[in-house]
Amino acid sequence: MLHIINKSPFTTTSLDSCLRVAKAGSTILLIEDGVYGALGGTAVSDRVQAAAATHTVCVLAPDVAARGLGDKVLDGIELVDYDGFVDLVAANNGVQSWL
Amino acid sequence: MSEAGTTKKFLYVNRRAPYGTIYAWESLEVVLIGAAFEQDVSLLFMDDGVYQLVKGMDTKGIGMKNFTPTYAALGDYEVNKIYVDRDALAERGLSLDDLQHLVWEDENEDWAEKDSIHLVGRDEIGNLLEEQDVIFNF
Repeated sequence: MLHIINKSPFTTTSLDSCLRVAKAGSTILLIEDGVYGALGGTAVSDRVQAAAATHTVCVLAPDVAARGLGDKVLDGIELVDYDGFVDLVAANNGVQSWL
Repeated sequence: MSEAGTTKKFLYVNRRAPYGTIYAWESLEVVLIGAAFEQDVSLLFMDDGVYQLVKGMDTKGIGMKNFTPTYAALGDYEVNKIYVDRDALAERGLSLDDLQHLVWEDENEDWAEKDSIHLVGRDEIGNLLEEQDVIFNF
């Protein structure tokens, strides 16, 4: 399953709720303001880094670049472009968007 | 502003990240409009609002305008009191070096260039809120 998060981890519980229930082996894609969850040195970095050990965690590169934070993405998180976004949707059975 | 010549203290509180919503850009638009009325303007960036000032944004990939170079023009509009929540930066793994270097020129000191951004803590933010005549929230 593909989990998509588009909200900042500092303004909603979307990321925490997702990390709490997402099955090991599922894919988590951070887009729009959700990309703030993919960065190092933040209050949520440890949780996301831990999730990346058991899940495939991806972040939408154009959204990171737009926010000026391309050099801060955590190791172990995969940068994808819009084509990669489409591939993830096509490759997974079901999508859960944590609005 | 009903009385001619009256100057009030205006504070714009910015608490949202750029691009995900329109609040950040709208706030900047309102600040620029307000600057024309020669009020005593301060800006406060806290929570995700601190992300608005991050330097090096490249929005080509998301098809949206990068409005953030306009922050560098605020000094020319005599908007030079820009307060940033130090704790919000730390929680997000950011430091002053990650933000745009915003400056203004002090005409009383031979146009000396001075920093516009001031890092503040919870007590200073509390005082800042209390001393305002008008507070706008974005």
